[in-house]
Amino acid sequence: MGLIAMMTAISLGALAVEPSERLADPALESRAREVSKALRCVVCQNESIDDSNAELAKDMRILVRDRINAGDSNQAVLDYMVERYGDFVLLKPRVMPTTIALWVAPAVLLALGLLVLIRTMRRRAMAEPTALSSDEALKLKRLMDGAP
Amino acid sequence: MRGRLVFLLPLAIVGALMLVFGKRLLDVGRGEDLRILPTVLLDTPVPDMALDAIPGRGRNPDGLTDEDLRGEVALVNIWGSWCVACLAEHPVLNEIAKSGVVPVQGIAWRDSPAASLGWLAKHGDPYARIGQDPKSRAAIAFGVTGAPETFVVDRQGVIRYKHTGPISPEAWERTIKPLVMELSK
Amino acid sequence: MIAELGHFALALALPVALIQSIVPMMGAARGVSAWMDVGRPAALLQLALVTTSFSALMWCFINSDFSVVNVFQNSHTAKPLLYKISGVWGNHEGSMVLWILILAAFGAAVAAFGGNLPERLRARVLSVQGMIGLGFLLFVLFTSNPFLRIDPAPIEGRGLNPLLQDPGLAFHPPMLYLGYVGFSMAFSFAVAALIEGRVDAAWARWVRPWTLAAWTFLTLGIGLGSWWAYYELGWGGWWFWDPVENASFIPWLTGTALLHSAIVVERRETLKSWTVLLALITFSLSMLGTFLVRSGIITSVHAFASDPARGVFVLLLLGIAVGGSLTLYAIRAPALEGGGLFAPISREGGLLINNLLLTTAAATVLVGTLYPLLAEAIGLGKLSVGPPYFNAVFIPLMTPLLLLTGVGPFLAWKRADLSGALQRLKLAFVTAIAVFAGVWLLTGGGLGAIAAAAGMALAAWLGAAAIVEWLSRASLNGMPSLSRVLAMPRAAHGMTLAHLGMAVVIVGITGASAWKEERIEALKPGQHIDAGGYRFTFDGARRTDGPNYEAVQGTYTVTKDGAPVAVLTPERRSYAQPPQGTTEAAILSTFTRDLYAVIGEPDGDEGAFVSRIFIEPFVPWLWAGVLMMGLGGFVSLTDRRYRVGAGRRASTVAAVQAAA
Repeated sequence: MGLIAMMTAISLGALAVEPSERLADPALESRAREVSKALRCVVCQNESIDDSNAELAKDMRILVRDRINAGDSNQAVLDYMVERYGDFVLLKPRVMPTTIALWVAPAVLLALGLLVLIRTMRRRAMAEPTALSSDEALKLKRLMDGAP
Repeated sequence: MRGRLVFLLPLAIVGALMLVFGKRLLDVGRGEDLRILPTVLLDTPVPDMALDAIPGRGRNPDGLTDEDLRGEVALVNIWGSWCVACLAEHPVLNEIAKSGVVPVQGIAWRDSPAASLGWLAKHGDPYARIGQDPKSRAAIAFGVTGAPETFVVDRQGVIRYKHTGPISPEAWERTIKPLVMELSK
Repeated sequence: MIAELGHFALALALPVALIQSIVPMMGAARGVSAWMDVGRPAALLQLALVTTSFSALMWCFINSDFSVVNVFQNSHTAKPLLYKISGVWGNHEGSMVLWILILAAFGAAVAAFGGNLPERLRARVLSVQGMIGLGFLLFVLFTSNPFLRIDPAPIEGRGLNPLLQDPGLAFHPPMLYLGYVGFSMAFSFAVAALIEGRVDAAWARWVRPWTLAAWTFLTLGIGLGSWWAYYELGWGGWWFWDPVENASFIPWLTGTALLHSAIVVERRETLKSWTVLLALITFSLSMLGTFLVRSGIITSVHAFASDPARGVFVLLLLGIAVGGSLTLYAIRAPALEGGGLFAPISREGGLLINNLLLTTAAATVLVGTLYPLLAEAIGLGKLSVGPPYFNAVFIPLMTPLLLLTGVGPFLAWKRADLSGALQRLKLAFVTAIAVFAGVWLLTGGGLGAIAAAAGMALAAWLGAAAIVEWLSRASLNGMPSLSRVLAMPRAAHGMTLAHLGMAVVIVGITGASAWKEERIEALKPGQHIDAGGYRFTFDGARRTDGPNYEAVQGTYTVTKDGAPVAVLTPERRSYAQPPQGTTEAAILSTFTRDLYAVIGEPDGDEGAFVSRIFIEPFVPWLWAGVLMMGLGGFVSLTDRRYRVGAGRRASTVAAVQAAA
C-alpha cells in the first residue's frame, strides 16, 4: 500500500520475537505478546514492538517479559512504559481529557448523522407534494396530449 | 434559513482542517522535526540505576548510579560507538569537559567494553563517570529513542532538560550552558 | 533528447489544459456550441501529450539514462526489466505523472464515449477535468519535475528500494490511482451538475459507470496492497491501519456510499444534494490522501520523503479544488431539494442507513488518522492512535451495516413490508444461527469463541441472503430458470456477486484474526515444527543469488500425518544497491488456509536458523472475496442500461414533443 520512501529504515522482520526471548511459561509468554502488541515501537514508523525488528524494540520486549515474570500485571507494565515515554507509546490511546473527543467521535458522528436524517425526512414529509420526476412529467404529458 | 447553514458545514470543516495542515507545514518548514519525542520526565527525579563501570577504563570512581547524579549539576549523555551522530557532537563534549563548567556523565548504550574503550581512545574521553547499559534498561528508564541524547540534571537529581540529537556549539551556548549556570547558582 | 521531449510534451499539456478548463465552460454558460466542442479535442490532445511524456520517462528508465535525476535516484542497470518499468511510478515525481496520465485518460474517455451526454453537461465535465489536470500539471512542472538532468551523468543509479521490486507492488499504484483518479469523474459530474443547477435521474445514470469503474479499481488496488503486505512483510499481517492505508480506505468507504446513493437518485430522484456532496467529498479525500503522503506531516512507513514546499503546493491545490467545490455546493445545493417521498422502511430508507453507517465509518477512520496530527498541532502532546483503536470503533459500525446488507435488496421502493422481507430471509437467518452454533462448538465453546463464531455467522447471513435474493429473482415457479437469469439486468448479478464477495471477505478476516497460529523456533537441519496439523521439517539452507541480490534459501518439507504435502523454500535476500534486506516468505495456499514459512537469521554455529511458521486460516478467502467484489463491479459495468438508457430517453422525449 502506498509507496515507500528510501530514507526510512523499514523493519522487515517477520514477527520479530526470537526464540531465545520467549518465556518458558506459555501463559506468561502470551501475556507478554499481548502487552508487546499494545506498545508502540518508538524508533519505527507505526509498528508495535512485537512486530518491529529494531534493537530498541527487542530490548523493550525483553523488559516487558522480565517485568511480567517478576509479577507485574499487564496494566502495570504498560503504565511503566507510559511513565517513561508518555502516551505516545500506547497504540490504544487511554481515555483521558485529551482523547475524549477521539473516543466519543464515532458515537457523536453517528448520532449527528441520525439527527440530520430524521429531521430531513420529517421536513420532507411535511412539505407540499413534491415536484414530479422526469418520468412522471413525461407520463403526464403523454396523458394530457392523448398520445397512445 | 437554518437549512442553508447545514450546507456550509462541509466547507467549514474543510477550512478548519486546512488551517491545521497549514500550521503543521509551517512548523516542518521551520525545521521542526516531527519525529522527536519530547520527554515526559521533566522535573522528575533521575531514575534509579546502578550501571557497571567499563572494565579497563581505569578511572576511579567509575560506573554510574542515580546517587552519583545528586550533589552537583551534571549532563548525562547517552552514546554508543556505533552511533554516527555521537561522533559529530563529541568535540563539543570534549570542550565542555575541558572547560570544567559542568561534569559530563556518560551512559554507554548497547556497546561492548572493547568497542567503547577503543572509540574513546580514538576520539577523546570527556566523561567523568561512565556506566554500561548493554540491555537498554537505563535508556528505557530515561525514555530514550535514539543516540545521542543528553539530559541536564540539577543538584537534587531532578531532570530539568533533554536535548535530543547531537549537541551543536549553538545549542550549548544558547540553551544548555545558560541553564546549567542558572542551576549552579 | 527523449527526456526533453517528455518535458516539452508535459509543458505543452499545460496550455491545452488551460484551454480545456476555460473554453468549454464559457461555451456552456453562453450556449455556444463551437466553444463547447473544444472540450473533446482538447481532452484527447491532453491524453496524447501526457502519454508522450509518460512514455518518454519510461524510455529513460528502461534505457537506464542516468543523466536524468529521477532515473539516477530510482533505478539501476542490474534491475530486472519489469522493475525498471515499475520504477517509473515508484517515486514521487513519476507517480505524479502517472496520476496526471490517468486523469487525462478519464477525460479522454468522456470525450470519446460520452456521445450520449447532453452537450452542456459534457462540456462542463471536461472543463472541470481540465481544471484538475491543470492544477496537477502546475504542481509537477514547478515542484516535481521528473525530467531534470544531472551533469555529468553518473555511471550507475542508486537503485530502487528492494521492497518495491515485486510484481504485486509494481501494479498496486496504477490500480490504486485508477480508483483515486476515477473518482475525479464523479467530482467533475457533480460540479457540472451544480453549475447547471440540475441533478436528475439521467445525471445519476451517467455518473454511475464512472463511479463503478473507479470503485472497482480502488477495491482491487487496496486488495493488491494488502496482499502484497501479507506475503512480503513476513509476518502474515495484511492491514495495519497505517495512515496511508487509511488514506485509501476512507475514499473507498465514501465511494461505496456514493455508489449506493446514486441508485436512489436514479430510481427515485431523491437524495440529490447528499449524493452530490458524496461525489465531491470522495475525490477530495483522494486528494487529501495525496497530500498527507507527500507533505511530511504524517509519519508512516509509506510516506514519501517529506518536502514541506511540495506540501504547501498540494495544500493550495486542495484548498482551491475542495474549497471551491464545497462553496459551489453551499450556494447551489439548497435549490436541489425535492424528489420522491419514501417511508422509513423502504429501499430508500435502507440505502440511507447504508450511507449513514458508511460515512460515519469513513469519518471515524479519518478522525482517528488525523487525531495525532491535530492534537500535536494544538499542543496536546504526542499521541498514538493505532490498530487497537480502529478495530474497537470500526467493527461496531460495520456490523449493523452488514446485517442490513442482507435485508436491503428485499425491501421495495417507497414503502416496504419489513415483516414480509424478513419472512423471505428465514432461510438465511437459520443458516446464520446454524453456522454460529457450529463454529462456536467446533472451536471449543466458551466466551473466547463467541467473537469468531459471530463473525462467521455474519458472513453466512450476508452470503445466504445474497443467494436467496438472487434465486428469488432468477426463479420461475420456484425453480431457477435460465431465461430469467439471462433476462435479469447485469447490475443485479453484479450486486449479488459483490455482496457475496463481501461475505467471503468477512470469512477471511474472521478466520485470519481469530485462529492464526504462529510458531518460532531455531531449527537445525532435520528438526521440525508442528503447527495446524502439519509438520514442517527444516532440511537446511543454501546460498542462491539473483540478478541484483544475494540470498539464503531454506527448505522446509511439509507433511501431514506422514504424507508429503509440499516443499516450501523461503528466502532471505540482501540487496546491494540500495543496501537492504527483504524476506521472501514461502506460502502454500489451500482452500481453507495458508501455510506460511519464513527463514530468519542463523542461530549459533551448527547450521540452525530461526524459523517462523504461520498457519493463516481462511486468508485465501480474503483475496478471493476481494476479487469477487471487483468482478461484481465489472459485471455491473457491462449493464446495457448504462450505455443505452440515457440517450434513448432523451430521444423519446424529443419524439413525443415533436408529435405533440
